[in-house]
Amino acid sequence: MSTTTQARGTGAVPGPSGKAPAGRSAFTVRALAAALPSALRKLDPRVMVKSPVMFTVEIGSVFTTVLAVLEPSVFAWTVTLWLWATVVFANLAEAVAEGRGKAQAAALRRAKEHTSARRLSGRGGAEETVPAAGLRPGDLVVCEAGDVIPGDGDVVEGVASVDESAVTGESAPVIRESGGDRSAVTGGTRVLSDRIVVQITTRPGESFLDRMIALVEGADRQKTPNELALNILLAALTLVFLLAVVTLQPLAAYSGRPQSALVLVALLVCLIPTTIGALLSAIGIAGMDRLVRRNVLAMSGRAVEAAGDVNTLLLDKTGTITLGDRQASAFVPVGGVDPRELAGAAQLSSLADETPEGRSVVVFAKREFGLRERTPGELARAVWVPFSAQTRMSGADLGEDDGSVLRVRKGAAAAVLEWVRDKGGHPGEEVGPAVDAVSAGGGTPLVVAEWREGEPARVLGVIHLKDIVKEGLRERFAQLRAMGIRTVMITGDNPLTARAIAAEAGVDDFLAEATPQDKLDLIRREQEGGRLVAMTGDGTNDAPALAQADVGVAMNTGTSAAKEAGNMVDLDSNPTKLIEIVEIGKQLLITRGALTTFSVANDIAKYFAIIPAMFVAVFPGLEALNIMRLSTPETAIVSAVVFNALVIVALIPLALRGVRYRAEAAGRLLGRNLLVYGVGGLIVPFLGIKAVDLVISSIPGVVS
Amino acid sequence: MGQTLAGLAQIGLLLSLLAALYVPLGDYLARVYSGRRHLRVERLVYRFAGIDPDTEQTWTGYARAVLAFSAVSVLVLYGLQRLQHLLPLSLGLPPVAPDQAWNTAVSFVANTNWQSYSGESTMGHLVQAAGLAVQNFASAAVGMAVAVAVVRGISRRRTELLGNFWVDLVRGALRVLLPISFAAALLLLAGGVVQNLAAPVEVTTLTGGTQSIPGGPVASQEAIKELGTNGGGFYNANSAHPFENPNAFTNLLEILLILLIPVSLTRTYGTMLAAQGAGGHRHGTALLAAMGTIFLLSLAGVTAAEVSGHGAALQAAGGAMEGKETRFGEWASALFATATTSTSTGAVNSFHSSFTAFGGGLVMLNMLLGEVTPGGVGSGLYGMLVISMLAVFLGGLMVGRTPEYLGKKLGSREIRLIALYTLTTPALVLAGTAVALSVPGARESILNAGPHGLSEVLYAFGSAANNNGSAFAGLSANTPFYNTALGLAILLGRFLPMVLVLALAGALAGQRPAPATAGTLPTHRPLFVGMVVATVLIVTGLTFFPALALGPIAEGLA
Repeated sequence: MSTTTQARGTGAVPGPSGKAPAGRSAFTVRALAAALPSALRKLDPRVMVKSPVMFTVEIGSVFTTVLAVLEPSVFAWTVTLWLWATVVFANLAEAVAEGRGKAQAAALRRAKEHTSARRLSGRGGAEETVPAAGLRPGDLVVCEAGDVIPGDGDVVEGVASVDESAVTGESAPVIRESGGDRSAVTGGTRVLSDRIVVQITTRPGESFLDRMIALVEGADRQKTPNELALNILLAALTLVFLLAVVTLQPLAAYSGRPQSALVLVALLVCLIPTTIGALLSAIGIAGMDRLVRRNVLAMSGRAVEAAGDVNTLLLDKTGTITLGDRQASAFVPVGGVDPRELAGAAQLSSLADETPEGRSVVVFAKREFGLRERTPGELARAVWVPFSAQTRMSGADLGEDDGSVLRVRKGAAAAVLEWVRDKGGHPGEEVGPAVDAVSAGGGTPLVVAEWREGEPARVLGVIHLKDIVKEGLRERFAQLRAMGIRTVMITGDNPLTARAIAAEAGVDDFLAEATPQDKLDLIRREQEGGRLVAMTGDGTNDAPALAQADVGVAMNTGTSAAKEAGNMVDLDSNPTKLIEIVEIGKQLLITRGALTTFSVANDIAKYFAIIPAMFVAVFPGLEALNIMRLSTPETAIVSAVVFNALVIVALIPLALRGVRYRAEAAGRLLGRNLLVYGVGGLIVPFLGIKAVDLVISSIPGVVS
Repeated sequence: MGQTLAGLAQIGLLLSLLAALYVPLGDYLARVYSGRRHLRVERLVYRFAGIDPDTEQTWTGYARAVLAFSAVSVLVLYGLQRLQHLLPLSLGLPPVAPDQAWNTAVSFVANTNWQSYSGESTMGHLVQAAGLAVQNFASAAVGMAVAVAVVRGISRRRTELLGNFWVDLVRGALRVLLPISFAAALLLLAGGVVQNLAAPVEVTTLTGGTQSIPGGPVASQEAIKELGTNGGGFYNANSAHPFENPNAFTNLLEILLILLIPVSLTRTYGTMLAAQGAGGHRHGTALLAAMGTIFLLSLAGVTAAEVSGHGAALQAAGGAMEGKETRFGEWASALFATATTSTSTGAVNSFHSSFTAFGGGLVMLNMLLGEVTPGGVGSGLYGMLVISMLAVFLGGLMVGRTPEYLGKKLGSREIRLIALYTLTTPALVLAGTAVALSVPGARESILNAGPHGLSEVLYAFGSAANNNGSAFAGLSANTPFYNTALGLAILLGRFLPMVLVLALAGALAGQRPAPATAGTLPTHRPLFVGMVVATVLIVTGLTFFPALALGPIAEGLA
């Protein structure tokens, strides 16, 4: 992973429209009011029919309205009004959830508007200006500093810095160049410097930006598999209660107390799972929205759900588990050399080494030995030998006061040892074992040596370079293990090195010397065993694996091929985010389950409110079931209906924010959620209905 | 207090016997249904019937076989009754009326054994032995076969095959039901149950009148009646009749027989899971724990209601003894009633209609729970499995994964089948009750006014749709309306769920299970048992609360 990636990944990036990062603040009275028109528009039966539960409530509301018109009474109108309120509240929940995406979509649209393209036509390279909407895949366009890139594509010529803030919200420019894994550019982003030629890869209207707008708006939102299944269950529950209520009438008639149609509708609406029915789609939209807030675009809700089910995470070592570069972590002196002397020589020989490894030696010498960093210009009689791939060494030739020259070198073990032998020296007994020890520990050994002219060269010691595991990852992996998720580290390193880093990072397994084919095979193997696999990738050679994985997160810095193959794109290009994606997926499912359980558990209290109210006149003994001691049969029924409507509004924030999620084993998670939402769902409505009844019965004129 | 001690000792003895037989019988059943070898007599049967016993069926093939076999059974049984007067051993009885013959045929084929007739005065020996007794074996074997097919669907992976219905049917009857009921019949005979093929005995009673007391092959039929959770008595009085159930020993033996197979099948489930590496005995134990919890709660409730029955009449009589046999008393009557209604057996040793309002309400609730505690032979196991999957779906999301049972995903297709399964019997019970209370002619069958009358009708449809077969009494059910309507409820209540659960098994068998991890919902721990118990109670409670409120609850709170 490039260094750009790290810099971009670490900053907390606000969304493109600069919204508040936390979910709860987005839910305000103002948001509700803003969503009201949209909520009323959704009363259209053609829209309502998609949610069987709320559609039933709407039909019931229409029915009671007719009844209330025919036989008006305070009771009839109160019930009717609150039934309508139930439907509107449900639509409100969905509208508020959607509203949060709308603002973002508007910002994205601005980036898209009035873009024109400078298309290269024919072989001659003549330029013509065409509207961006007229571009076809394969077209070549030129973009220079200040131009907005007219469509998604790959850079085929040149290199440029590009401002992608319109898409990612990140203001720091990124480098895009032809060839390699940083060639993809996104339509709507702006070239800041230089000139590039871009080959367009998508049709107009199907670009990344278009898809992103559609996604955050929820325009082509499809029900996810689990949402579909849950809807079937909710429809079945609705049917059961419809049956229970419809067949109640003959039973009631037999018992000498036929019920009014109004009361039966009220009972039905209270019993069917309106709470989850009302909030189900809001939960799904909010889940996608939570990903967008973390700058992850899921191409489908299905992918978010799959993220919750993931069993195996494939994590690239570099950039995900370790920092991008190796760093010096120890100096191992040989032949009785003073450690400080070794540190000094290591530092001197690394001053001219501008690679991250070289810098890390200087930093380490300063931190561990207090050696002041010297700049190359500081030492007058020094000749600097910069690191080169040919020599695989760096160093310095220092002119001593006596006119002699001291040469220090640091570099790959084989290269330095050869240099020592060249200069008449002998590596000594200890170097070989020291080098091997560092390699065996998963590190990279660098050897430090010096040669004073006229004397044999000698080895001073070994520098231990190692991969630095990102902070806090061990704990994250332990959490994942508790959640039942296995982590597999993918690396090009040899097995020895891989094993050492895997052990240090605390991953469960590793794939060493991995080729793209190995990666694909590993994913297939895991899936054979019934496991779901998530991975990140950016290169074109990652594309097959990204497509095969159940959750494939492509880095935004990656190639178009990778972005096409994955089902999510991380705009921050931060591979560690895979863990957060899994957590968001789980949170989404938990929220759904919690509200379903809550909704079903609520029914018990409603029965205790309504059944005695319906039949106490004919069976006075049933008053014993009125354990809430509700004032009158009418207030009891109204209270249940009102509570049923208000609880939807009360739970909108929870639906949008999601149930609090902790990484722990399923048993404990279930136990706590059952306690909160199951037992809580049992108790809360008893208190709520009683409270509403107290309020209603204190209004003069209601209780006759 | 001697009564309390005796009652508790009886329950303790019953549970110890069940515990002792649980593992050997459960594992034996697993071997019976998993083995590849055929007995010689079985091979003869297969050759005679033209069946290849080594070919397995898909869920549709299996379901077709179940339906075809049952349809033929209904036709044969109907014919036997209608042509009784032309056949030997009829004891001179006339043919059975069409509506009653339909009702009886369906009822015995569906393992319900609702009896709108009085056995000793309607059916001759041939119908009893060649018709009803055969179905006592066959219908029970069908139930077990379907359960085993469902277990295969859960435990197997990436296959369409659920086994061979004919093999399962033959093995269940020949290797399980026949030997056990033979041994049980001997024990019952030793306990004093009658067994003969003689004509009725004329006796002169104390008051000087004459009475005709029919004998018959009672002990043999009694054994399979209980073992196969059939419940159709040789006599109208069923297990309250001294020839069927003469004393405390036979009473306890009959209760043991009722519970034996439904309880042991949970062991079979665990053993078959373990053999496929799909789970283990703990999964079977969890189902048993859920069944047992509800059973014991209900037993405690019924016993408490009966023993502490209050009211002046009960006090004067020295307890709630109306409709109960003095040789059994309240404890044994409550135990028998709980066992028979929790298992879709429907045999009775006392009259449930005469139970206290709450006691009667509870035995009715046992049936309305869907006969899963532990339920009928086979049907209890697959019913409980469906409920477990429903519990998984309701609560499973709360662990942050899409719902799965033993690694098999419960997606749209699965939940649709589960929902339909769960809907079927409540729909039949509620619709049937509503119709019966609305149709003027049908209302005349109700002998008691008010909530008790409503309970009688609700009980009848609850019993029929859940294939229990016991009656609340107090309802004249031998009318064309009830014979037809209850017959329909029985038929649909048996075979719709069977087809649905086989389809579910087919859907599950095709899946590749996800491995269990720390993130998977554990389906064997006490928490899950609690979830299943809660699901059973809440789903039933929410469906039937209004009806129960107007029946037993209104009566009890009056």
